[in-house]
Amino acid sequence: MPTTAFADVTASDSALRRFLHGLPGVDAVGLEARAASLGTRSIKTTAKAYAIDLAISMIDLTTLEGADTPGKVRALAAKAVHPDPTDRTTPTTAAVCVYPDMVATAKEALKGADVKVASVATAFPAGRAALDIKLADTRDAVAAGADEIDMVIDRGAFLSGHYLRVYEEIRAVKEASGPARLKVIFETGELSTYDNIRRASWLGMLAGADFIKTSTGKVAVNATPANTLLMLQAVRDFREQTGIQVGVKPAGGIRTSKDAIKFLVLVNETAGADWLDNHWFRFGASSLLNDLLLQRQKLATGRYSGPDYVTVD
Amino acid sequence: MSDTPARLGVFKTYKLYVGGKFPRSESGRVYEVTDSKDKWLANAPLASRKDARDAVVAARKAFGGWSGATAYNRGQILYRIAEMLEGRRDQFVREVADAEGLSKSKAAAQVDAAVDRWVWYAGWTDKIGQIAGGANPVAGPFFNLSTPEPTGVVAVLAPRKSSFLGLVSVVAPVIATGNTAVVIASEESPLPALSLGEVLATSDLPGGVVNVLSGRTAEIAAPLAAHQDVNAIDLTGAADDEALAKELETAAADNLKRVLRPQAVDWNETPGTGRLTAFLETKTVWHPTGSLGASGSSY
Repeated sequence: MPTTAFADVTASDSALRRFLHGLPGVDAVGLEARAASLGTRSIKTTAKAYAIDLAISMIDLTTLEGADTPGKVRALAAKAVHPDPTDRTTPTTAAVCVYPDMVATAKEALKGADVKVASVATAFPAGRAALDIKLADTRDAVAAGADEIDMVIDRGAFLSGHYLRVYEEIRAVKEASGPARLKVIFETGELSTYDNIRRASWLGMLAGADFIKTSTGKVAVNATPANTLLMLQAVRDFREQTGIQVGVKPAGGIRTSKDAIKFLVLVNETAGADWLDNHWFRFGASSLLNDLLLQRQKLATGRYSGPDYVTVD
Repeated sequence: MSDTPARLGVFKTYKLYVGGKFPRSESGRVYEVTDSKDKWLANAPLASRKDARDAVVAARKAFGGWSGATAYNRGQILYRIAEMLEGRRDQFVREVADAEGLSKSKAAAQVDAAVDRWVWYAGWTDKIGQIAGGANPVAGPFFNLSTPEPTGVVAVLAPRKSSFLGLVSVVAPVIATGNTAVVIASEESPLPALSLGEVLATSDLPGGVVNVLSGRTAEIAAPLAAHQDVNAIDLTGAADDEALAKELETAAADNLKRVLRPQAVDWNETPGTGRLTAFLETKTVWHPTGSLGASGSSY
């Protein structure tokens, strides 16, 4: 899906570099101050209840461990369908996110439920493998029934300035994904600068990403309000210029309801209300769900709940 | 008269003690604390239900480590608290005298008794297991052992009148057995309790094991009594407010909290083990004696 407006930009490595380096530089202090100030909004009572339900419906409930078992994936799927078994008004999560070999298990466990299966692919989380292998990994996941593919970009190529190689790779994975929606993970914690995050965002969107995603959750720095704000600005600007809407998924490090609500404020104030839907915004998280459920129980009953009343994952 | 200008007074900002740190109230509120003759002493933080919630989170987090520590180690730490308290004796004598309108010598007696109480409970940490537990005779080839285990997070309403000796007498037994505590200080005289936080912070006591809140007892106690992650509540501080005690006990019933009802106590007397065993659960295990062979039991 090379956008016609930017066809010339992606024609050659040098043209792509000129375009990406021609993007306005990021005012790091201003960005962080903006993200911090939006984090001070007070969201209470009915607005809070709405935000909590919205956040639950946006979660990609994730398990990406070497120790994942079919049993654990089934338990996770059950939790995605009924996050709080004691309260059936709780919305389902958006998806469960697993490794490719667990897709079939997840798909089976989620039969009949309105919860998608997302699979990481392309040699997640390092992305250090030959393109063939990455594509095979992707096809494998799609064949097993994945509705969404979370790919990682080749950070080595990106950081050494081979933007076209990254671009071509995303294109190839997008093609291999077929009908599955493609989320492109930048691993913002490894990109060093905000300028790089902005460039990566545009690069991913030009290559046809359906979602741009901050991180794998496997490095020290994951989703932060500032880098998510930056990516939200990018999707907003991209839609203005091309008419194509791209989703955003912060992942890793979002653990409390308060944090999640701050991100929702960022979405509303930056990209706009069009993105306040789980088709366009997701949280990559696992422990966040329990905290949202505790807060939901608190709002419903008026008393503070505790970890004894949610599952141990 | 000398040329040196008069020194400006340095007033102490009393703060809460939550999770090993000294935060102000999340609400930013304070209230005036006066002595028995209505003379202003200091402003104390007026804790809100969110402070109570934070304190429960801190207490829960500390519970694993504290309940898992050896009884011997807990005893050492409780003794250390007594040592630290002894070093700040003068400060506490002054604060107790102000708070309770006592003469200096009577206040000193209260502080000494409080120090001794820490030592007394320090000795109990590795002995209560033998008193409250034991080997049960059963009709089978099993060892059957009952051992007491801490209940969990205990909300403590400290006595209103005895601002220091009473406080120590309700907090020490709770933590001696491995529970963690969220303590609501006496509403009228919270200063000794808040200062005790400073002693606890320098006594090797892990942060979060004791959390001290000051403010309106009724306001803070209600969310604690209803809190699903609090395992027990000591209503001593609601002794002269029957309606409040009843309301709290009702709220506490919802998740089957252990409730210690308020009762008349003379804090100067030797306390006995009642408060130690009030917040213990009994775990009983069956273990084969290992003497079963093909030829039958030799038990």
